[in-house]
Amino acid sequence: MIFAIIIGMSLVTMIPRLIPVYIVDKIKFPDWINRWLNAIPFAALGALIFPGIMSVKSGEPYVGIIGGIVAIILAFIGLNVILVVLGAILAVFLITVM
Amino acid sequence: MLGYLPIAIAYGVLAKQAGLSLVELTMMSVLVFAGASQFMGANMIAVGAGAAEIIVATFVLNFRQFVMSLSFMNRFRDIGRTWKVPLSLGLTDETFAVSSLHTKEAREDKGALFYLALLLTAYFSWIAGSLLGGVLGEIIPETLSQSMGIALYAMFIGLLVPSVKKELKVGLIAIIAMLINVLCSPFMSEGWAIVIGTVLGGLTGVYLLKGESES
Repeated sequence: MIFAIIIGMSLVTMIPRLIPVYIVDKIKFPDWINRWLNAIPFAALGALIFPGIMSVKSGEPYVGIIGGIVAIILAFIGLNVILVVLGAILAVFLITVM
Repeated sequence: MLGYLPIAIAYGVLAKQAGLSLVELTMMSVLVFAGASQFMGANMIAVGAGAAEIIVATFVLNFRQFVMSLSFMNRFRDIGRTWKVPLSLGLTDETFAVSSLHTKEAREDKGALFYLALLLTAYFSWIAGSLLGGVLGEIIPETLSQSMGIALYAMFIGLLVPSVKKELKVGLIAIIAMLINVLCSPFMSEGWAIVIGTVLGGLTGVYLLKGESES
């Protein structure tokens, strides 16, 4: 049963990734669409982070927010992504045990 | 790219505690290779959601990758299709974000090789990390494994902040996308809200990124 779910998830993950390979060749985008597509990564990261981050611990949105703030600070001082992630995990851990 | 490892371990730990076996949770990483979807999938399996429900939710959540893939492939116009297919399959939120920050390689001679190496490193550290997390899931205390739910978000923040430091407008685009996502949330599922936030938030870039060099 779980394997059926995994195979299904695999297909619906691959198909949207694959289709653009075949359509991008066929068309030449005007300048504004290029700018749009260049902005997509940043928009996507924004939408992925918030409000999802508030569900890190169910019913306690501030836990995710504090973890996020710690991550922002660590990233801002220029730490590597791994350290940012570890720091945020540590922060959330400390909040939940206290 | 090794930034994947802690997230993969976090996924492994959570999936194990959601009741997946080691083989199942590792196979999910091999076949699906999508961080957020796998976290969600494991979660839904844990709460006893049906197969169709999980697959549809995954599709909706992944639809944003259609948009990302479009943006990604637009940079690879000169590369042959034999390269594009494997590159597109290795596309995830994380690899997309990292590769978006290294855009000049796309125009270099061995650009495709650079991206392929990037994706393969990500892929294998993802699989290895999941397996490791699954093993750890049996032994580490629940408070610690719960704390790992922040890993994915912390990684997104860690990827976004350096770009914002370089170009403040980028932060504005991200914030607008967040707000659109929040506004949409009461009316639709999380996956669709993310898609709309990304698409409309990205549209603001048409104006905000204007005047930047079109190299």
